[in-house]
Amino acid sequence: MGALSPPTVLGAAVTSLETAAAEDLPDGMPYHRETRHDPPAALLALQDQPLRRMRYYPDGAEGWLVTGHAAARAVLSDPRFIVGERFVRSPTELPHFFVSSSEHVPPGFFFFYDPPDHTRLRRKVTGVFTLNRMRALSARIADIVDERVAALRDAGSGADLVREFALPVPSLVICEMLGVPYADRDDFQRTSNDIFDQSLPVAKRNEASMELFGYVHGLVPAKRAAPGDDLLSTLAADADLTDDEVGGIGMILLLGGHETTANMFGLGTLALLEHPGQLARLRAEPGLMEGAVEELLRYLTVAHAGMMRIVKEDAEIDGRLLRAGEYVTVAPHAVNRDPSRFDRPDELDLGRDAQGHMAFGHGVHQCVGQQLARVEMRIGFAKLLEAFPGLRLAVPPEEVPLRTDMFIYGVDSLPVAW
Amino acid sequence: MRITADRERCASAGMCALTAPGVFDQDDEDGRVVVLNGEPVGGDAADAVDLCPSGALSAADG
Ligand code: HEM
Ligand code: HEM
Ligand code: SF4
Repeated sequence: MGALSPPTVLGAAVTSLETAAAEDLPDGMPYHRETRHDPPAALLALQDQPLRRMRYYPDGAEGWLVTGHAAARAVLSDPRFIVGERFVRSPTELPHFFVSSSEHVPPGFFFFYDPPDHTRLRRKVTGVFTLNRMRALSARIADIVDERVAALRDAGSGADLVREFALPVPSLVICEMLGVPYADRDDFQRTSNDIFDQSLPVAKRNEASMELFGYVHGLVPAKRAAPGDDLLSTLAADADLTDDEVGGIGMILLLGGHETTANMFGLGTLALLEHPGQLARLRAEPGLMEGAVEELLRYLTVAHAGMMRIVKEDAEIDGRLLRAGEYVTVAPHAVNRDPSRFDRPDELDLGRDAQGHMAFGHGVHQCVGQQLARVEMRIGFAKLLEAFPGLRLAVPPEEVPLRTDMFIYGVDSLPVAW
Repeated sequence: MRITADRERCASAGMCALTAPGVFDQDDEDGRVVVLNGEPVGGDAADAVDLCPSGALSAADG
């Protein structure tokens, strides 16, 4: 979508300039982090106003930033806030992840659709990700985790946990569910990494998107001709879906299915190792695992690029008027540290009730794969801790490379010893 | 408490079945909510209504 026509929102942005003088307007959503586990201090400083005006890149147009839990719920569950328009602005100065258009988002990539099209496409896959289906899949996930634990052990003390464990576990699981050959993983892990790398030139990221779409799309005819017991075969056989749509759905699941969970494993392990008291508690009380996973999701909130929406019709939230055409970004990592929703929000407390966190979003786009991610993390963390009672970092924590500029936050590698 | 579910709004996120397993389930076809017990007692069902991301669930007294 090289040719960016001027957005339709300029009128709204101009009228709202009147209110600008009264407020100190932040330039975008802060993304520079001071610590490994906390959201940027400059972002948390904006929590004094749960819903506030902010300038967007690249043109400085005014829009909104949400840092409060109640306001985030209100925005994300309200059909007047949509995603299916062209995003021509970004909440950060990083190359715009969000710049998108109906011209280049492939058919079927349902994250960029609104109801009723979103509903139609999303329901093609939700039956495969239910809690019951995930329970049925647990034994297979446990086998995959066992294999990766063994691989990590074979790699020897000092091995990279991301490479041996965090990335392969969710990749193997989603490949198997979709029926994508895992042998092709090097290709699609590189392409998906490029798509999400905010430091790469936009053209390079587009190339990667096209490549990944082309790859999944290319699998469809074979799936139709010789169906297997997998999701791509089911979708390929669905007369209601075009090949392009199947490609787009496959791509969104492949993308969503491994980066996110992988980063929760990498960053989550680092967080546990840096909170030895909490780790000891979890080792002593394995029954804490379900709640511990929710707390790690809340505390780390790896999907830190923000959830973007465009106002479809004027809406009043929290006593403020959001005008049609304006952009709204929910900062889930700030929302998950909202002191009015979570006591001592900056503390990792594996025993707390973290229910209501927004690590998976909220509203009709709430993560499709969340029940899968939960099962993967519960089994994965449990087996990792069990297999390595002496697990520790093999480098000083400040040497662990962080993914600050990436769409999904986490660590690039995590050398561990035991 | 009386529970009603709007299956047209349901986004199949499974938060209800996760939070109040005896009260809610998801169907096999597209994962939409199934109410197992329309008159539950206890806080789990109320939590589930609150956590539902799509606003598909409602609870009334009595
Ligand atoms: C996560 C999803 C995606 C994101 C965030 C994304 C992001 C972007 C961005 C930032 C641009 C550049 C706009 C500009 O030129 O300033 C772009 C353009 C483009 N994207 Fe994507 N994209 C995504 C998915 C896709 C997919 C799945 C495809 C392919 C099937 C695709 C194909 C393209 C093409 C062809 C262009 C360039 C069009 C042109 O040069 O005129 N994108 N995308
Ligand atoms: C810990 C792991 C994960 C995290 C933190 C996560 C986070 C999220 C978030 C925050 C959203 C909503 C974005 C928004 O509203 O703007 C989302 C949507 C989505 N996720 Fe995940 N996710 C995870 C795992 C997965 C897995 C394992 C899959 C697939 C198998 C997946 C597939 C998707 C899809 C397809 C969507 C788009 C849903 C829609 O637009 O209706 N995710 N995820
Ligand atoms: S929590 Fe709401 S959206 Fe999710 S399955 Fe239950 S009713 Fe449907």
